Amino acid sequence: MAKQINVALIGNPNTGKTSVFNQLTGLNQQVGNYPGITVEKKEGICKLPRNIKAHILDLPGTYSLNASSLDENVVIELLLNKNDKDYPDVAVVVSDVENLKRNLLLFTQIKDLEIPAILVINMADRMKRRGISIDVAAMERELKTKVILVSARKRLGIDELKEQIANFRHISTEPCLHASSMDPDYFNRLRNAFPEQSLYKLWLVITQDVNFGNVNRNSFNIREDFVTKDESTLKRMQQKETILRYKFINDVLKKTVTVDANAAKGLRANLDKVLTHKVWGYVIFFNILLLIFQAIYDWSSYPMDFIDASFMKLSEITRGFMPPGPFTDLIAEGIIPGLGGIVIFIPQIAFLFLFISILEESGYMSRVVFLMDRTMRRFGLSGKSVVPLVSGTACAIPAVMASRNIEDWKERLITILVVPFTTCSARLPVYLIIIALVIPERSFMGLNLQGLTLMLLYMLGFGMAIFSAWVLHKILKIKSKSYFVIEMPNYKVPMLKNVGINVVEKTKAFVLGAGKIILAISIILWVLASYGPGDNFSNAREIVEAQNIEANLPDAELDEMVASYKLQHSYIGNIGKAIEPAVAPLGYDWKIGIAIVSSFAAREVFVGTLATIYSVGSDEEETIKARMASETNQILGGPLFTFASGISLLLFYAFAMQCMSTLAIVKRETNTWKWPMYQLVTMTAIAYLAALIAFQTLK
Amino acid sequence: MTKTIVDLKRGQRGIIKSFSTENIPLKLLEMGCLPGNEVVLVQTAPFRDPLYLNINGSHLAIRKETAMHIEIEILP
Repeated sequence: MAKQINVALIGNPNTGKTSVFNQLTGLNQQVGNYPGITVEKKEGICKLPRNIKAHILDLPGTYSLNASSLDENVVIELLLNKNDKDYPDVAVVVSDVENLKRNLLLFTQIKDLEIPAILVINMADRMKRRGISIDVAAMERELKTKVILVSARKRLGIDELKEQIANFRHISTEPCLHASSMDPDYFNRLRNAFPEQSLYKLWLVITQDVNFGNVNRNSFNIREDFVTKDESTLKRMQQKETILRYKFINDVLKKTVTVDANAAKGLRANLDKVLTHKVWGYVIFFNILLLIFQAIYDWSSYPMDFIDASFMKLSEITRGFMPPGPFTDLIAEGIIPGLGGIVIFIPQIAFLFLFISILEESGYMSRVVFLMDRTMRRFGLSGKSVVPLVSGTACAIPAVMASRNIEDWKERLITILVVPFTTCSARLPVYLIIIALVIPERSFMGLNLQGLTLMLLYMLGFGMAIFSAWVLHKILKIKSKSYFVIEMPNYKVPMLKNVGINVVEKTKAFVLGAGKIILAISIILWVLASYGPGDNFSNAREIVEAQNIEANLPDAELDEMVASYKLQHSYIGNIGKAIEPAVAPLGYDWKIGIAIVSSFAAREVFVGTLATIYSVGSDEEETIKARMASETNQILGGPLFTFASGISLLLFYAFAMQCMSTLAIVKRETNTWKWPMYQLVTMTAIAYLAALIAFQTLK
Repeated sequence: MTKTIVDLKRGQRGIIKSFSTENIPLKLLEMGCLPGNEVVLVQTAPFRDPLYLNINGSHLAIRKETAMHIEIEILP
């Protein structure tokens, strides 16, 4: 078999790079992480003509090879390291026909690295409407490469791109301009000191904090034959380099591209007039948020009810088909209800990712950033914090990562610290089941009370995030060099394929990730609940029979009592009893206590845990909700889930930091355990106090 | 008095002359914010901050505090 061609897709953000990637690979792709860091790594396989295969790596979007974030570092480190297994045989640089000038900056840098580079001009279908015409042959001469007009949206030019990738050996590796001309003397000395290295690579290593091969930043400080320059001189040289490149690019474009300005009247200006308007812009944004939350609550209730009922049935069927015994019990009582607890909220997660993905693809999200920046700054956040805060409603993990493009460290840190307050989808199943239990199904001023409660909980999450940001802004003493640049991309109709792939990938990753934890926890819980220490557990039947010898109970009732007695004296019952004093003032019993403790692995475990504990405690197959409603409070009497204990539980889940994965991500992003520990302690303390006050005043 | 981007009215154009600070972010230069290039003020958020600009064909938004340091000549 022939060796695969390694292809790296590189380009500015908003050039439709991902669409090109999706067209090349289809569903033949996988998303992972770069080792040791949380930058998303997307790769896929593409079949080329003549039975050649290409391995396509979709690198994070970057404006240049001068990295200013972790994502951009990935690009540079790969392009500098010839020994990396993903080092590209050929780079495909994706540009957008309307932003060619800016996009070519990155292209010229990659050419200087002497990597064969194909230039893809994407969104070519817009050329006519924008009055742009390009002399492709002339551009190929000027840039010393192959130029391909592509429309990923309309699938134009993709086959030609594949053909060129297969022929990558014919692409010139000659740089198109020599950055060294900005200071010939300096670069000559550099060349003499490291004769075997590419000059531009050396320059990048000098100016960036990256390493490659056996040359790293320090090797420039210890040599006698080459003395580098101080920070600010280097910075000025980088500026000079940028100016030089733009001069070259302007020259090339003057010779090869003509724009008929009369034709270039677009939708963009009109849309911007409304969407970034001082009043209408905010009204529209608020309405979009409202629509999203309504949709998540209303539309997903149907598939969710169906899933809940199906898992109940599945337990029943399993029990019917398999021989009775501990193994069947484990599956029917431990694993199936535990998994049901996670599968049930696939619909909601999918809806959330769908909306977020549409907002980002369409270019609208940048407008929100623009509108919100000033307001957010008052609370120590950035306009760019809006994206993490909104995507935090799906999951805090991608949200924490989305804070990476916030330039200012203080604003970024505050964003990371407060994001876990937003109502992530893992809280949703907890909220939904408790709301269903304690909030009446009535209308208030035409609005569904249960839906209203959910909306209030989301607002509470945002409110708490904003409030604690403000507090942190006042107490954190971090010097900030605040600056802020955001591209305002053109509006696009979101591509079905991109949105679809995004929703599927994100949901899958989420469910598999959470599924593993839930599976493990439900097995542990089941074992702890099904076995117990001492005579109390093993002789449960005899003890219960002896206690009720005169009552002459029917067998079914007696069985129920035995099961409940056993559960109380199982391992988990003993643990639960030990933590009960801590949770009793909040209105919870020991079973909820166990559910809360296991929720520290991940919140969504709550429902699964209760499901497992309750199904061990009873023989009948019921929905989780029915089981919870029939629980009674052993201390106060009456139902366990009342308005007071329900609100208390809702508040606890709204504020508590109960997600190990988020803590791990925060540790990675802030590079210290200090901040995640700070989150864990503070948020949980706030949650405990809020729940305590709520229960004690409402009961 | 030198004019800066902050002095532009909506829809008005100017030519970038120079920067009044050493610390102009490299990213801004890479987006095309270079002396000699044209800048148009497209839209402002409430309190004229941030500013939505078209610089050299690139659409981007920057804060007032950065814009204050970009000196321009306003075109009629």
